[in-house]
Amino acid sequence: MPDDLNWAIGGEAGDGIASTGKIFAQALSRAGRHVLTSKDFASRIRGGYTAYKVRTSVDRVESVVDRLDVLIALTERTIDENMDELHEGSVIIYDGDRTTMQDLEIPEGMIGLDVPLKGLAEDAGGAIMANVVALGAACAVADFPIENLDESLTKRFKDKGSAIVENNKEAARLGQEYVEEEYDYDFDYDLETTDNDYVLLNGNEALGMGALAAGCRFYAGYPITPATSIMEYLIGRIDDYGGKVVQAEDELSAINMALGAARAGARSMTATSGAGIDLMTETFGLVAQSETPLVITDVQRSGPSTGMPTKQEQGDLNMALYGGHGEVPRFVVAPTTVSQCFWKAIEAFNLAEKYSTPVFLVSDLALSVTEQTFEPSTFDMDAVEIDRGKVVDEEDIDTWLDEQGRFQPHFPTADGVSPRAFPGTEDGAHMTTGLEHDALGRRTEDQEIRVEQVDKRERKVQTAREQEDWSPREFGEPDADTLVISWGSNEGAIREGMDILEEEGIDIRLLSVPYLHPRPDLSDAIEAAETTIVVECNATGQFADLIEHDVLERVNRINKYTGVRFKADELAEDIEDAIAEPQEAAQ
Amino acid sequence: MSSDVRFVDFKSDKQPTWCPGCGDFGTMNGMMKALAETGNDPDNTFVVAGIGCSGKIGTYMHSYALHGVHGRALPVGTGVKLANPDLEVMVAGGDGDGYSIGSGHFIHAVRRNVDMSYVVMDNRIYGLTKGQASPTSREDFETSTSPDGTNMPPVNPLALALAAGATFIAQSFSSDSQRHTEIVKQAIEHDGFGFVNTYSPCVTFNDVDTYDYFRDTIVDLGEEDHDPHDREAAKRKILEGDKEYMGVIYQDDDSVPFEEREGVDQNMSEIPDGAPDDAMDLVREFY
Ligand SMILES: Cc1ncc(C[n+]2csc(CCOP(=O)(O)OP(=O)(O)O)c2C)c(N)n1
Ligand code: SF4
Repeated sequence: MPDDLNWAIGGEAGDGIASTGKIFAQALSRAGRHVLTSKDFASRIRGGYTAYKVRTSVDRVESVVDRLDVLIALTERTIDENMDELHEGSVIIYDGDRTTMQDLEIPEGMIGLDVPLKGLAEDAGGAIMANVVALGAACAVADFPIENLDESLTKRFKDKGSAIVENNKEAARLGQEYVEEEYDYDFDYDLETTDNDYVLLNGNEALGMGALAAGCRFYAGYPITPATSIMEYLIGRIDDYGGKVVQAEDELSAINMALGAARAGARSMTATSGAGIDLMTETFGLVAQSETPLVITDVQRSGPSTGMPTKQEQGDLNMALYGGHGEVPRFVVAPTTVSQCFWKAIEAFNLAEKYSTPVFLVSDLALSVTEQTFEPSTFDMDAVEIDRGKVVDEEDIDTWLDEQGRFQPHFPTADGVSPRAFPGTEDGAHMTTGLEHDALGRRTEDQEIRVEQVDKRERKVQTAREQEDWSPREFGEPDADTLVISWGSNEGAIREGMDILEEEGIDIRLLSVPYLHPRPDLSDAIEAAETTIVVECNATGQFADLIEHDVLERVNRINKYTGVRFKADELAEDIEDAIAEPQEAAQ
Repeated sequence: MSSDVRFVDFKSDKQPTWCPGCGDFGTMNGMMKALAETGNDPDNTFVVAGIGCSGKIGTYMHSYALHGVHGRALPVGTGVKLANPDLEVMVAGGDGDGYSIGSGHFIHAVRRNVDMSYVVMDNRIYGLTKGQASPTSREDFETSTSPDGTNMPPVNPLALALAAGATFIAQSFSSDSQRHTEIVKQAIEHDGFGFVNTYSPCVTFNDVDTYDYFRDTIVDLGEEDHDPHDREAAKRKILEGDKEYMGVIYQDDDSVPFEEREGVDQNMSEIPDGAPDDAMDLVREFY
């Protein structure tokens, strides 16, 4: 009996799709099942098709797939939108009493369950609970114990009072009973529960949680999809730790506020996407030139311009690597999974402070909205280490004063890292500027000093290159003929794709690269492989270009820029094609 | 904070490269005096400056300072102050810096009412880029980029501030050292955003808004029967627009700064060595 179930609820934006889906996902997670959720949504608030999809299994799930087993269709369009993923035996739950659904035709081979969602909801206390009735119906189909749904409903509605909770439980039960009584199908599904204890969260939540764990105390941002939920997460919580979130008037202001807070000694971050990054670019150079530790998060979406705000893309790599005029020393770190959003955020703050340098934390839409289950220990707070770098205080400030007793914030040390004195430190008063400056921070155009300071700033990156571990994450067969290289959120889909390929006898070695600058040296791996394939969600292959540049060798490319993330089964096919026809990989 | 701090302690050993006679000398001296006389010292003071001749001020002063990019000094000051409310934060810039490229930030900084002071050296011209029209330039003022005048009314910064809900609006004149210092002191002492527009003549590019012009026309509100707590009176003065005023035009004694409203009172530079003790609760929240 298949245990890997793909479930979705779809309808019009404003129908409560996301919250209903989330209740189901949480019920599964609390029942000890692994869950991975994804959302189809359009860039509008009301109207327009939207869906919340849940894939669940007792085993870990890393990717969405092209298959839909159970669909709650609140509109007819929901069925059309998902036609490609529906298959023979798929179950469609709908309310035939709805005027728009009366002429609904269930496609050949699929099972339509006409459930009076609204009517049963009214019986339970109010039409508003129609979606919950549908969840109960889904429990019947999936043979999933409704008690787990009850728990999830309690969590969701407990603030509204016990009557509301009870009504919702009743609504779910009516839905379940209706299906059990009216339809005597022997459905294919039987969702086991386990004793496992999981948490369910998305990449932006993990990233925000990482920032808090790392001691981030100041965040300034301006709302933009898909970065906003980082701000929304922090705003409710950062105050508990003595911090503050400010909604700035624009991104120019946001990054400059974050810079100011960082200069005052706070661990500070701003996050945005696409167009917001463009506005912030002006200040990248100032951050680097003034040697201010700052984490700048870009949750990528489809560009250019306003592009497709709710769609996936990894098109900002070049911007992260090269954005800003002049030459801007920086680190570029890109989490590859939801849990890595947590760990890389912590690392980003440490790198920023250890080297007094901007760190671009480059995430993407798929990571930001995907919710996934984890053992709580995945986010082991005891393992969080904080390294604030060379902060000087009253005791050791003397070491960094010149003969006249002036603090030297840009002293050209051997490792390139200069001391930091937080404002308020006695004898530490100093100037920083975006202008070229001497060790004291004073403006200069002296050629020697200019060269010395440029070298010093670049030396920090060199030092980090040597001192830190920039290894890629490695999966699969180390000796496989085919090497797949990826960055960002594609890791999960590739890993599942590899399982599919393995069944066909194709072994693959995967290097998932979370560090884009500095980045690991992949030349040995590329040389050892017969075929190298770079997978990324963009049209031009920005990462593939980098790799070719690094190793002076042509690589194969799989690029996707439809606005939709990779799926495991589709990737497996593309990889097979690329192996068969090297250099002409699927575009 | 030591009481024996004098304004020279706020002077850096860098010689200003301003043109001899530039109004910015007087503006800066007044700012340094005001900082010293309000009990600050360089180690607890943070000066943020924009870009322009005016923006060079951070270089010539001795304190913690940041000289940023054009027009963005106010957000930087906001970040500094919120991250460490114990610091005295002063932001400085020019009329181009503050009312043109930075005009959006100006309005929102006024609204936010963070407890810092903002001194704009208004010379009604772009100095550093050698004499183009600024937002406060007169309508008929001919410059290299406005050969027939700007053909636009000048921005009235005081009116902008008033409309945005300012809690402290003042104007001063750099060459009247004593009054300028007093006014900046009041801005520093104000609980909230203390805004001072300072006439700071550019002797090189502006031959209209000169020292003589200001000396002849300026009206000291301190000598007039003006009550700065009377918002209606302030509004009339600001909108009449036929005189150059000096002094505190409006002050709201009930002003509550942003930090206080938002409960921001910690020095955010202090964080634990590892994750906070209750951090596992952050994870459990997703259960
Ligand atoms: C983004 C950006 N645009 C333009 C400039 C060039 N620029 C430097 S100073 C300045 C005008 C300064 O005028 P104002 O603020 O009135 O200061 P003043 O020099 O008169 O004191 C301009 C346009 C710049 N540095 N940055
Ligand atoms: S150009 Fe004008 S504003 Fe600039 S220093 Fe000279 S006098 Fe002052």
